[in-house]
Amino acid sequence: MPKKLLSHWITAKNRSDLINLALLALLLLVVLPLALDIFRLNLVGKYLTFAFVAVGLVLCWGYGGILSLGQGIFFGLGGYCMAMFLKLEASDPVSTAIQSTPGIPDFMDWNQIKALPWFWEPFHSFSFTLIAVLILPTLFAYLIGVAMFKRRVGGVYFAIITQAIALILTVLIVGQQGLTGGINGITDLKTLLGWDIRTNSARYILYYINAALLLGGIVFSRWLLSSKLGLLLVALRDKEERVRFSGYDVANLKIFTFCVAALFSAVGGAMFTLQVGFMSPSFVGIVPSIEMVIFTAVGGRLSLIGAVYGALLVNFGKSYFSETFADLWLYLMGALFIGVVLFLPNGLAGLFREPRQTWLLIKHTALMLVAKLRPARLRPEGK
Amino acid sequence: MLKKEILLAIEDLTVSFDGFRAVDAVNLYVDKGEVRVIIGPNGAGKTTLLDLICGKTHASSGTIKFKNIELRDLDEHHIVRAGVGRKFQTPSIYEDLTVYQNLEVSFPRGRSAFGSLFFKRTQDVVDRVQEIAAEILLTEQLHQLAGLLSHGQKQWLEIGMLLIQNPELLMLDEPVAGMSVRERQQTAELLKRISANRSVIVIEHDMEFVRAIAHRVTVLHQGRVLMEGSMDAVQADERVIEAYLGH
Repeated sequence: MPKKLLSHWITAKNRSDLINLALLALLLLVVLPLALDIFRLNLVGKYLTFAFVAVGLVLCWGYGGILSLGQGIFFGLGGYCMAMFLKLEASDPVSTAIQSTPGIPDFMDWNQIKALPWFWEPFHSFSFTLIAVLILPTLFAYLIGVAMFKRRVGGVYFAIITQAIALILTVLIVGQQGLTGGINGITDLKTLLGWDIRTNSARYILYYINAALLLGGIVFSRWLLSSKLGLLLVALRDKEERVRFSGYDVANLKIFTFCVAALFSAVGGAMFTLQVGFMSPSFVGIVPSIEMVIFTAVGGRLSLIGAVYGALLVNFGKSYFSETFADLWLYLMGALFIGVVLFLPNGLAGLFREPRQTWLLIKHTALMLVAKLRPARLRPEGK
Repeated sequence: MLKKEILLAIEDLTVSFDGFRAVDAVNLYVDKGEVRVIIGPNGAGKTTLLDLICGKTHASSGTIKFKNIELRDLDEHHIVRAGVGRKFQTPSIYEDLTVYQNLEVSFPRGRSAFGSLFFKRTQDVVDRVQEIAAEILLTEQLHQLAGLLSHGQKQWLEIGMLLIQNPELLMLDEPVAGMSVRERQQTAELLKRISANRSVIVIEHDMEFVRAIAHRVTVLHQGRVLMEGSMDAVQADERVIEAYLGH
């Protein structure tokens, strides 16, 4: 199968895609690990977990036209599943001996909870956790998809509903402090099956696993887009009715794509927990979910590889500017999004692919703005 | 003469939008292999009638039997799979895909999410796409983006996207609107070829075109069937002249 995937890629019309993937792989697997110290590399690894979400959004938003403003839901669910496993491992009776109930996570003890809640129990098992990371968020996406797409809810309404669900989930997590760790999230994660994930060597290994999974995800997505389903997604975005009246159950196609995007987000979330060492509601709610869309828009919503660069650049910008101008960051982020939507509809990838068109677009938009902003008396008659 | 087999039987079909009856107690029978043209003034309910057949609009009452299957109970995609193809009034094609891809995407295999993911472009698919492209005179444009086609070519492409599914009933909403005289002739020839082994319902205003293709003509007026018969009979009918042809 992998050989076939690769041959499919090579025979695809756009060979520059292959070169771009090779360059990205070179950057992620060789250049960055050589150039950066482990602290910075770990930071890159964290940003790359958002790239999973961005790649998923290229599929469902860029190609399928399904704008989800709630990808944080799935990122968070994946991350929380992993965090629950790690937290249980960190909460063995010996290291929690000073608690009034030893053997349960510390935040439960602080909240006067005496026994491990039932839904935490299966997370003692690592294989269950891995399956849960993959299945739970996907299943949740499936349920949302069935409820929305089967009833022909789409476009802006779908975006708003996903956003509402992200908000509800955040409120739920924050409110149920004893069960979820509340606003602080699940912290103090130490070992994975006895392997200390906080050491430098562990961080290198996790970084490489993360990068390899991401590259694998891109190859899979490329394959998906080159299949008939990929064509259908483009068709769907353009003329949904025509697809429906060509004998397709449009809802099923959308649900499937939304689930794939959710699965990617969940893997990103789990890798986030492993590399950063905690998970909290601040990666679930409205703001992070919108940020994830911005990464995709900046990178180029039709470019799987662009999405990765988008996630890296915006996050670097975020950590640089939020250190320097903490209050300004949100405004900058908003301006960046508006700017990209206005001037770079295909993001950085568009700039790279069609520099001339992009320049013309910027010029025309600027001229139009100038014309609009000119005082009325200077305008020609009748305008 | 042999009695013809009925493919589509519409009986007492009514749809009302807030009390307004866009289609009002319509009866319509289409034989196998027949080309039926529906004419009538704007707002007569022609497009709504096609919407009802293909499931885009739900009827208030009445029955739509296609090969003895009640279409009113089916979802749109199941109606299509049963063998009903519908072309929309404005050309409805995928502009960002090539002509080839437009046709391939419409090929009736791999219609589920997983099916489409593992759909293989086998030789029969390629052959069929090329066969249809030749039929709709787009062989040379096969690898051009569909958005760059002329208006008439877009209309043909959409017809091709339906033909590749080999429907038993093809419904065309104003297929020659905006076409040049030559394109109209070519479209009439195309329709004659493709109606050899299927039934076709056409909505059209161009009387010359109607005369060229129609076996029978149905005149709709204010949601009701005003008259049905041959082109000559319809054009001679006083009620039709008053309601539609006269002005």
